[in-house]
Amino acid sequence: MQTEQKPGRFSRIPSFPSLPRRRLLAACALAFGLTGLAAAHVQAGTLTIESWRVDDLPLWQEVLIPAFQRSNPGITVKFSPTAPTEYDSSLAARLAGGTAGDLVACRPFDVSLSLYNKGHLEKLDGKPGMEFFAPAAKAAWQTDDGKDTFCMPMASVIHGFFYNTKIFKELNLEPPKTEAEFFKLLDTVKANGKYAPLVMGTAEQWESHQVLFTSIGPNYWKGEEGRKALIAGKARFTDPQFVAAWDYEARLGKYLPKGASAQTYSDSQNMFALGKGAVYPAGSWDIAYFNGKMDFAAFPPPVPKNGDACYISDHNDIGMGINKKSKNKDDAYKFLAWLGSQEFADLYTNKVTGFFSLSNHLISVKDPIAKQMMGWRKNCASTIRVNSQILNRGTPSMENEMWNVNAQVLNGKMSPQDAAAKIQSGFAKWYKPQQ
Amino acid sequence: MKTIRAWQLAVLLAPAVLIYALFSALPLLDTLRLGFYTANDAGVRSFVGLDNYRTILFDPDWSAAFWNAMWNNVKFFCIHMALQNPIGLLLASLFSLKGLRGARTYRTLIFLPTLLSVVIIGFIWQLILSPLWGVSEKLLGFVGLADWFAPWLGQESTALVTLSLISVWQYVGIPMMLIYAALLAVPEEVLEAAHAEGASAMRIFWQIKLPLIYPTLGLVTILTFVANFNAFDLIYSVKGALAGPNYASDLLGTYFYRTFFGYQAQIGSPTMGAAVATLMFLVILGGVGAYFVLVQRRLTRYAM
Repeated sequence: MQTEQKPGRFSRIPSFPSLPRRRLLAACALAFGLTGLAAAHVQAGTLTIESWRVDDLPLWQEVLIPAFQRSNPGITVKFSPTAPTEYDSSLAARLAGGTAGDLVACRPFDVSLSLYNKGHLEKLDGKPGMEFFAPAAKAAWQTDDGKDTFCMPMASVIHGFFYNTKIFKELNLEPPKTEAEFFKLLDTVKANGKYAPLVMGTAEQWESHQVLFTSIGPNYWKGEEGRKALIAGKARFTDPQFVAAWDYEARLGKYLPKGASAQTYSDSQNMFALGKGAVYPAGSWDIAYFNGKMDFAAFPPPVPKNGDACYISDHNDIGMGINKKSKNKDDAYKFLAWLGSQEFADLYTNKVTGFFSLSNHLISVKDPIAKQMMGWRKNCASTIRVNSQILNRGTPSMENEMWNVNAQVLNGKMSPQDAAAKIQSGFAKWYKPQQ
Repeated sequence: MKTIRAWQLAVLLAPAVLIYALFSALPLLDTLRLGFYTANDAGVRSFVGLDNYRTILFDPDWSAAFWNAMWNNVKFFCIHMALQNPIGLLLASLFSLKGLRGARTYRTLIFLPTLLSVVIIGFIWQLILSPLWGVSEKLLGFVGLADWFAPWLGQESTALVTLSLISVWQYVGIPMMLIYAALLAVPEEVLEAAHAEGASAMRIFWQIKLPLIYPTLGLVTILTFVANFNAFDLIYSVKGALAGPNYASDLLGTYFYRTFFGYQAQIGSPTMGAAVATLMFLVILGGVGAYFVLVQRRLTRYAM
């Protein structure tokens, strides 16, 4: 006898195959076709920008892209940034795989040069917009012989120190001019005990090198003179002028907050913004973060002795190139031409506070701190980060070693002499003039 | 009884073989092959034989980093073996006790971190342990241990151990569940017989339950081994690919990542990366092989 089937738990749900199978297949095919069409449509007038400036996303979406579209209607632009530490490697992979965006934000010097040498970037000499840049501005994105330029210069950043004006007033402090004054100031804050003297952490390592070492160092190795001597093989990192910079850094390490070795970059930003620290080693890009959150001002890296010439790290930081495999090169060139315009220079310098346009358009800087930092160019000689040109080319990567070594010097785990010896030995391993 | 014909066998096996070959075996073989090549600036590859391996194992720069990562990986694995699996066993035995109140709730709570993304786990612990904002210093203060607090994630001496403990905390649910399932499968009659013979609970555990779950313990060991030597995500989300400070938390996984994809200014090299991946593969293969020869064979004999 056949038993009556009890309704199963799922019996109320209308069964899927009730839809005729053929129609289902047709629907699927249609759906696929439509997505394909949609994708094709998106590609036509769209430009995608690759960048490591995650913080700038709102700015691009709300200010820069709309401004571009006013003069170039019909072109949609998408700003699609990757975290700074990932950018170089993931971009290289995407360029090689043919999935990178049309426009590519360029790091200065060797990182972009290697992309150009591998044939990922267009040659830009003579393209509209490039005429507004002086040779010095373009140097960061040229082949060694200066014949090919592959990225349009966008902006530079300047390094120095920010200080909390309220704390300075409370403790009756003045921005220091010399190393001795600086340490006296830090001692005063430390003795007071209420605030961290120097707000910085070493957990992420990069700030130790890019923000602090390359900011305080040029005063010792005399900026370009010292940097070029390294490239020419006439100076070594173990020479006194370089060791002195690490020495200075080691001394600064004693004024970091408790637990600095586990403190991240955003921890430091937070801490300074909350008024818990007196001095903050800064890049000019930090201005935008602190604006409106607190009262602060800036001073350039103090010189070793009264009357010494001063040097600032004024680093060509960001450029823009065109992906050779872009499907939309005409629009990309239009965009680049706009990047070279007065309008962009003005918008970028004044809206992306702390990035200084490299074009020779005349721009008035509105932000007081940005203006102050840009003003240092008048009295101090500019130099770029010490290892960014040529010195980063070999294995071991000097940039990665510098991060590690500087973080250790700040943590008091490595002596300045050992730091110098380690960098020099890695350098000499692959660089002929140093052998 | 019908015999299965050869073509039927082929048809039935085809989907699995195809998918496995396409997505697992071929990429692996290609990785092994890629390790023998090098690429110049223009991306043109040429055969170099064992040169990449020679560089990794004998060039002072590369080998120091490689052996450091390897040694850290061994420590990472040992901490897991010493803590995660015994704790898993302990918890599973507790939960398999009859009449334990709230067992289900505890079981769920302990298993919960396993379900969370590693990135979230890393972030949570980074916050908890942060010397600036973290709660750990205050919590230690309540029991008078505030002086013992240190930025554990930021010190060379403690970073790796701290990360291992975080990982143990996250994954202890897996051995617990596996062992728990195995304990439930121990036949009731055997236990009752032992009980009737007058064996104590301890004796029942050590002499009956434990030997019966040896195969599961073996499985847990090998899973831990493979997972630990492939570990990457936790270190990466907490310390970044440079695995600081001074590479104190560098594992083979992060070393491989830096080599293959590059990091910051270091340009990645797929060919060197493939060589590192091959070495990792060999380590795991060796470990699993040794396990099969030394442990698994004996286990099956016991089980028979």
